[in-house]
Amino acid sequence: MAYNWNWGVFLQPTATGDDSTYLDWMFHGLQMTIGLSLSAWLIALLLGAVVGVLRTVPNRWLSGLATAYVEVFRNIPLLVQLFLWYFVMPELLPEDLGNAFKQSNPIVQQFLSSMVCLALFTSARVAEQVRSGINSLPPGQKNAGLALGFTLPQTYRHVMLPMAVRLIVPPLTSEFLNIFKNSAVCSTIGLLELAAQGRQLVDYTAQPYESFIAVTIAYLLLNVVVMSGMRWVEVHVRVPGYIGGK
Amino acid sequence: MHEFDWSSIPNALPFLWDGMKISLEITLSAVVFGIVWGTLLALMRLSSITPLSWFAAGYVNLFRAVPLVMVLLWFFLIVPHLLESLFGLPRGTDMRLTSAIAGFALFEAAYYSEIIRAGIQSVPKGQMAAASALGMTYGQAMRLVVLPQAFRNMVPLLLTQGIILFQDTSLVYVSALADFFGAAYKVGDRDGRLVELLLFAGAVYFVLCFAASRVVRHYQNKMKTA
Amino acid sequence: MLKHSLRGALVASLVASLLSAPVAAQELTGTLKKIKETGAISLGHRESSIPFSYYDDKQQVIGYSHELMLKVVDALKAELKLAKLDIRLLPVTSANRITLVQNGSVDLECGSTTNNTERQKQVSFSNTIFVIGTRLMTKTNSGINDFPDLAGKNVVTTAGTTSERLLRKMNEDKQMKMNIISAKDHGESFLTLETGRAVAFMMDDALLFGEMAKAKRASDWVVVGTPQSYEAYGCMLRKDDPAFKKVVDNALAKVMTSGEAEKIYAKWFLQPIPPKGLNLNFPLSTAVQTIYKSPNDKAFD
Repeated sequence: MAYNWNWGVFLQPTATGDDSTYLDWMFHGLQMTIGLSLSAWLIALLLGAVVGVLRTVPNRWLSGLATAYVEVFRNIPLLVQLFLWYFVMPELLPEDLGNAFKQSNPIVQQFLSSMVCLALFTSARVAEQVRSGINSLPPGQKNAGLALGFTLPQTYRHVMLPMAVRLIVPPLTSEFLNIFKNSAVCSTIGLLELAAQGRQLVDYTAQPYESFIAVTIAYLLLNVVVMSGMRWVEVHVRVPGYIGGK
Repeated sequence: MHEFDWSSIPNALPFLWDGMKISLEITLSAVVFGIVWGTLLALMRLSSITPLSWFAAGYVNLFRAVPLVMVLLWFFLIVPHLLESLFGLPRGTDMRLTSAIAGFALFEAAYYSEIIRAGIQSVPKGQMAAASALGMTYGQAMRLVVLPQAFRNMVPLLLTQGIILFQDTSLVYVSALADFFGAAYKVGDRDGRLVELLLFAGAVYFVLCFAASRVVRHYQNKMKTA
Repeated sequence: MLKHSLRGALVASLVASLLSAPVAAQELTGTLKKIKETGAISLGHRESSIPFSYYDDKQQVIGYSHELMLKVVDALKAELKLAKLDIRLLPVTSANRITLVQNGSVDLECGSTTNNTERQKQVSFSNTIFVIGTRLMTKTNSGINDFPDLAGKNVVTTAGTTSERLLRKMNEDKQMKMNIISAKDHGESFLTLETGRAVAFMMDDALLFGEMAKAKRASDWVVVGTPQSYEAYGCMLRKDDPAFKKVVDNALAKVMTSGEAEKIYAKWFLQPIPPKGLNLNFPLSTAVQTIYKSPNDKAFD
């Protein structure tokens, strides 16, 4: 195959005249991917827990609202949601607010749109896991809590949630991994995360193989690191007596 | 506040429908190939032949670790070149649709194989034992006894994965293929009406996917009571 | 006498066939061979490079460069003596066009691609088809008159273009603290400008006038600034394929020297064009006149 391999390309200074090398670009991209994924994940966990709990409460309005939330975010493709947040949302805001957002630093705009998009998209999935965790608890637990004189919120807080959270750690692991992979979609609105830096590298150096291979390996490593971290968490929160427990 | 102008949508409907056909074509072919290849992977993963099960495990873990966008870019920009130099295909064959379908099928197969593996493992061991007691070979027992039951249990999950796949087809945007979303984006870009077209596309996806997921749930409930 | 002339004709035709035989039998190579064998050519085009290569409202590709590309296709058809030549159209973006030519997906791309020495390491360019200067588009009342006014502001350009590099380099060299947005295509860049995300859009001047053609109100926009570079557009083809390049170059040279190119120019730059029937009023520059008179494939840098 007639291809000029040149792995040294990563150490070359970039064509933009600053002091960085193409390897620095890749590291910036990796940092962006990690920062974006972690911040979106924190929001997704909080929102997902709230919405998931609401889906199980005996109030029809609240549970209906929570169900609608989950359905909306689950049935629209991530890419479309991202474009809606980035291109459409600022136009629907009151004009002053929309303009203030649009005239802010573009990296901030891209980052915020991406973060909100990934967070809400993922929160719908987290909510489903929380709901199924709560529903998998024996009904006796809730009744016991109420019989002890706890209010319903207290029963959730002290009895059901601590148990449910420990049960759903394994499925949440895969959602956590997904958020890193899904963050690659954000390259489409110009956010310079890992995948986008890889593509920019192709454009500037015309060495597509090296850059694609490097980016792919970076995602694999990220995956391995996150997976081992979550395995550690899983081991420490296992519920004795349950499958996988000690 | 934005002044809405929906007038470019009616004229663009035939073009959008062409895009929808491409989205559906990719979804259907990727579901079919993905399930076939996914079943093979699941069987390999469960087989007692170590190299096969290692290969399957490696394949599944690799594809599940990489973002779909990256896989699609690989298939759009790199794989055509690779295939051409490997098989001496004529240069410049328009392989965008083929390579997109291949990318999706290979990617989704990793996810399907995990669903199918769980499905096979959910069939009680006694079924396999009974089949071998009846004199069936391993292959026959799998094909005639275990897989049919496993698939019956898995249908809702496979369909749900199909809906996810349909949503994911919007990512062919990165390869400039005019699927439904790509078509909507192009019309919006051309007419300066991106806001309206994006809202329209979002609504269409929502209606289709929501309806489909309702059908799946209905089927699931029917199965439970049956 | 008759006999003599007949023999003369015979000899002449024999000589001619002897002379031409080696030419006809000469092994076709590279892209020409592929086109001859498959009876098809894969053309790269742009989706929103108005007026060079873009979609009209029926999703048909049109434009100045596209028309020139079709002239080349006609010449190829004649050269290869093909009764029928299938055209496959592949939309490309600024960011993927070079890869797609390299990887064989596209045989020929005529859009708005600058011929420069850096790109010549990766692909080959035909005779120059247009000359542009890189400038700015901004709102009439934005107060931006030239590049120094951009300091500290949001500026958009299209990813993968020479303007992107010039802008990033300028930002670095002069410490201007601009926030540079790299949009996917010119359409998206203009959207970014129009929705107020950026105060200015840096791009090739002809393309900026082209984007104005689809603005809601063209009079809101103005092109300003000292050109940061002059660049030569060429059609892109694969490297190291001299036979194919020769056919492409000859076809373009013929169109330019015969005066046909000037008519095509007038059609796209001096008359109303789709999608909104706006006239770009972009007069024929001396630089373009020069390349029409003496076609060449020199890069400007």
